[in-house]
Amino acid sequence: MDAHTGVWLLGVVLLLPLVGAVFNGLFGKLVGDRAVTVVGVGVLLAAAVLSWILFGSMLALPADERALQLSIFPWIHVGFFQIDFSLWLDPLSAVMLLVVTNVGFLIHLYSVGYMKGDPGYYRYFAYLNLFIFSMLALVLGENLLVLFLGWEGVGLCSYLLIGFWFEDRDNAKAGKKAFVVNRIGDFGFVLGMLLLWVDFGTLEPVEINHMIGAGEPVSVHPWMLEAAALALFLGACGKSAQIPLFVWLPDAMAGPTPVSALIHAATMVTAGVYMIARLNGLFFEAEFASHVVLVVGAATALLAATIGLVQNDIKKVLAYSTVSQLGFMFVAMGVGAWGVGVFHLMTHAFFKACLFLGSGSVILAMHHQQDMRFYGGLRKYMPITHWTFLFATLAIAGILPFAGFFSKDEILWYSLASERGGWVVYAVVLAAAFCTAFYMLRIMWMTFWGEHRGVGSDLGGNEHGHDHDHEVEVEVDHDHDHDHGHGHGHGHGPPKESPWTMTVPLVVLGVLSLVGGFLGVPEAFPGGLPNLLHDWLHPVFAGADVHVKPAMYHNVGLERGLMVVSLAVAFGSIGLTWLIWGGGRDKLRDVFAEKAPPVHKLLWNKWYVDELYELVLIGPLVRFSREVLWRIIDEVIIDGAVNFVAGFLKQVADKAGRLQNGDVGNYATVMVGGLLFIVLVLAGYGLW
Amino acid sequence: MNDFPILSVVILLPLVGALALLAIPSAKETAIKVAALVVACLGFVVSLPLVSYAEKKGRFAFVEKVDWVPDLGITWHLGIDGISLWLVLLTTFLGPIIVLGAWSAVSKQPKAFFFWLLALQTFMLGTFCARNLAVFYVFWELMLVPMFFLIGIWGGSERVYATVKFVLYTAVGSLIMLAAVFYLYWLHHEQFGSWSLEFAALYKVKTGLSVQGWLLLAFGLAFAIKVPLWPLHTWLPDAHVQAPTAGSVVLAGVLLKMGTYGFLRLGLPICPGAVEEWGWVVMLLAVIGIIYGALVAMVQPDMKKLVAYSSVSHMGYIVLGIFVLNRQGAAGGILQMINHGISTGALFLLVGVIYERTHTRRIWDFGGLAKIMPVYAALFVLVALSSAGLPGTNGFVGEFLTLLGAFQWGHMAHEGGAHWLFSYGFVILAATGLVLGAVYLLWMIERVFFGPVLQDRLRKLPDLNLRELTVFAPLVVMIFWMGLFPEPFIAKMEPTVEELLLDVERAADKTAEVHPWLGSPAMPTPESALADLGEEVAR
Repeated sequence: MDAHTGVWLLGVVLLLPLVGAVFNGLFGKLVGDRAVTVVGVGVLLAAAVLSWILFGSMLALPADERALQLSIFPWIHVGFFQIDFSLWLDPLSAVMLLVVTNVGFLIHLYSVGYMKGDPGYYRYFAYLNLFIFSMLALVLGENLLVLFLGWEGVGLCSYLLIGFWFEDRDNAKAGKKAFVVNRIGDFGFVLGMLLLWVDFGTLEPVEINHMIGAGEPVSVHPWMLEAAALALFLGACGKSAQIPLFVWLPDAMAGPTPVSALIHAATMVTAGVYMIARLNGLFFEAEFASHVVLVVGAATALLAATIGLVQNDIKKVLAYSTVSQLGFMFVAMGVGAWGVGVFHLMTHAFFKACLFLGSGSVILAMHHQQDMRFYGGLRKYMPITHWTFLFATLAIAGILPFAGFFSKDEILWYSLASERGGWVVYAVVLAAAFCTAFYMLRIMWMTFWGEHRGVGSDLGGNEHGHDHDHEVEVEVDHDHDHDHGHGHGHGHGPPKESPWTMTVPLVVLGVLSLVGGFLGVPEAFPGGLPNLLHDWLHPVFAGADVHVKPAMYHNVGLERGLMVVSLAVAFGSIGLTWLIWGGGRDKLRDVFAEKAPPVHKLLWNKWYVDELYELVLIGPLVRFSREVLWRIIDEVIIDGAVNFVAGFLKQVADKAGRLQNGDVGNYATVMVGGLLFIVLVLAGYGLW
Repeated sequence: MNDFPILSVVILLPLVGALALLAIPSAKETAIKVAALVVACLGFVVSLPLVSYAEKKGRFAFVEKVDWVPDLGITWHLGIDGISLWLVLLTTFLGPIIVLGAWSAVSKQPKAFFFWLLALQTFMLGTFCARNLAVFYVFWELMLVPMFFLIGIWGGSERVYATVKFVLYTAVGSLIMLAAVFYLYWLHHEQFGSWSLEFAALYKVKTGLSVQGWLLLAFGLAFAIKVPLWPLHTWLPDAHVQAPTAGSVVLAGVLLKMGTYGFLRLGLPICPGAVEEWGWVVMLLAVIGIIYGALVAMVQPDMKKLVAYSSVSHMGYIVLGIFVLNRQGAAGGILQMINHGISTGALFLLVGVIYERTHTRRIWDFGGLAKIMPVYAALFVLVALSSAGLPGTNGFVGEFLTLLGAFQWGHMAHEGGAHWLFSYGFVILAATGLVLGAVYLLWMIERVFFGPVLQDRLRKLPDLNLRELTVFAPLVVMIFWMGLFPEPFIAKMEPTVEELLLDVERAADKTAEVHPWLGSPAMPTPESALADLGEEVAR
């Protein structure tokens, strides 16, 4: 395979999912679910295979020539502004391409089992295919405008899929919230593009990185670089759910669970991280903006992890976990460890997809009950789900040798060792890692271990029941199937393991959660294994090398010591959960509510961020628009002036004569007559 | 081919068709509708050869010039350039769509209805093709008449109030413009010794900055009312809500563009210095309109009123793009004129579809329609997203180019020493429209299409029928065509835009060199003005 064949394959990979989406969207209802499955999953399989072929063709090239470019058609050309619809495959986008198509394929396959029999089956696969198309445009776009097309495209699909079961108004609202919050980020993204355009005269990240790397006197003002980076980071905050725009992601769990796995964990939400990695030269230069990225990332990592500690909805815990893990990735971006951030993005795609799909398997077995207090002891009934979920849990908790250990540990190391890092950031991230292990093990205890409680279990008798009456109601509202949700737990007998279309992806992702970390083994790790991912990505990031502090440079002893520390923290956290829930102890024990009720309240209510938005932004804006802009300025002031003038004219006319008798037809006749008269006179004059 | 008066044919064909319509007996309603549709389709077909427009330097093509009242400088002078080309095509393109869309909605006096609709098309086309101010003004005024009847007879319950308001606003603007026209007319005679209302001749009239300011105010008021620019917009929501669907579509699709077209055709070339000097005031109003329109749209309980206020917001983008005086902004503004015609026109048609079925437009009366009318829902979401500027649809290209133009303007202003609030501030505020646009449209979609079906009477609503699908199919094609391949559109308008902006720049430089009151009655000739200037310098 030579590079030229590869170039057009790039276009094929992009278009395949679009073809699938159009087919399923237009004809899916006619051709039936089986054909929808064949097309919907088939295009993804083909895309995954093609992406491996593309990867192979890149491997065959020398390291510094690994780039394919394909211009498809001219898009917007006005004056100097010349933007083509063009694609770009380099080592970074190749990693993303592989993750998106392969994880995407597994989740498509899983969806076949999960969505079986849903009346909107065809619609689901049309949206899912469209999502993959958009995501590939985002990943492969050579310039930021194509990237933005994908960026908003994935947002649209996210909107459609969150509100997939739209008969429930809450789902539709969650979709709308996601789109609007993302649009706030996109506002920043657009401004960032404009700044970059004025600054560099191009919107191609590779070109921009190159110009910065070459030290060309590009920028009119240094602040413009910083402003561009900050504006783009606002976009990243929206798409990747960082403070202050993270509020949409937990609500986004209203969508079908495979969607949560694909869009709201593995791929779309990492777009912000990818965008920063893509523009590494910009963020390398924009030091202040990078500090902001770092602070926001670290704060989000910890804040979201704390909320995850107390939630009872299994998907909510995983959602906050995703927000937190994305925070980890932004910490990596903030300290300039681009490759490490991408590494964590990849391992996170493995284990978080596995966790979400595992939770989906549980939710299906529990008849769409998502409250973990109704679970328990599922290990017996769902062994495959249990083991894969456990693997992924150990991965995210950072236990050696699971995938998350390597990637998270690298982030921890660079958050300390990088010139842009420090002890405070390290401590915050470590605390977040502690919380991570805690809430994940809490899921294990409440869901898989101990005795099965069942959907009909009597929670009212529980000692904390009164605190939670309200919550249970809330959770049940979120259950799209709540017409049958409750009573069926007993009627269907014990929970069953899911069908093969669902367990196969679980197993694959579970294995990847175990071994995926070996793609990026750090240098300091004993054994002298090569860091494959780092070497692969090196050409992309070579121009934006943020240095490590001299004292820590190649300080193998310190790095190994910190690995032991983070392992100790993870094991400590796990041990703590054993002390709380282990052995025969009550799995519903709510330690926070027991020991520190105010803290529990704060965390349970998610730090009141949604309420804060409502109080200071949404409520006042709506009231101001309605009561002031519309009711007063439009209807009283402007219309008042207009009516006053009208009344005045009427009075004048009344005094002037009897022309004005209030019949609009009369005015019209006069008007038409007058105009016709003028035209006729002119015409007559001309003819004569 | 050169001698064939194609523009006259394009312009007059709908009117001739309308007159022919009168020959059909009123009782034969289907025949009337079919005839109207045939005329509208023919109108589109005869306008298609105009696409061959490919003038170097964006000059006028298909020019026709027949003396009418030569002594007064009035000629039947027509022609189109890269800007009016697209507006003419937009008008003829929407023609059949509007007729077909109104097919079953018009219950009383269909003959008169379609007569006025077709006549209106002639008047609009005439305005876009005119190259003589007399022709322009007559058509401009004539447009009011059909609109007056369309709202006044076929409108809703408050139609009289809406009509009077609409007429009053527009008439005030027109009168002020008429004064400016006469003044310009006189000034041309003063300076060149002959009477002329030719655009090209009037562009050559020499005026100082202050005089241009007054002219811009006079022309600008008339145009701003048509756009409508905040705070002259309050006629629009009432007119839209009361107008029948077809009226709303013409209003949003074409009539509003008269204002922005007027700015391009007359405002910029006649008052270039004033536009450079005081253009920021117009831009400020445009930006206020973008945000204000969006915020008020957000709290509207009536679907049509919501779309009407969204027009105020979108038209703000167009004005902003025009007044930043650079290629990207102007091209974006002009593209947005077409986009708005397509997307907002389609939104009004969509609202009309549901109104015809349920006789309500209150957002709270609906819910769960996506389940009952899935095709309708899918179309609505698509059109709404194009209106909100989703990349890949038409709205994005225009909006992004406009913002790009505004940003470049801001950058230049900032480099020129302006505070960042008065330079970049414009584009930052305008870009918030991206967020607000999503808010009000998605809010409406959520209420109308999602959630449970609350009213049983909604359950039996039929989805779109074949006629309705035919109405929307071309609009959907345009949404994607202009979103993904805007190249043909931009390529034909760009030379014209470029020349226009160069002319404006040159003329603005000249304005700066002459006395600000050159052209005022006290200072009628350039010679005396220069003499005055010389004296001043001498002192």
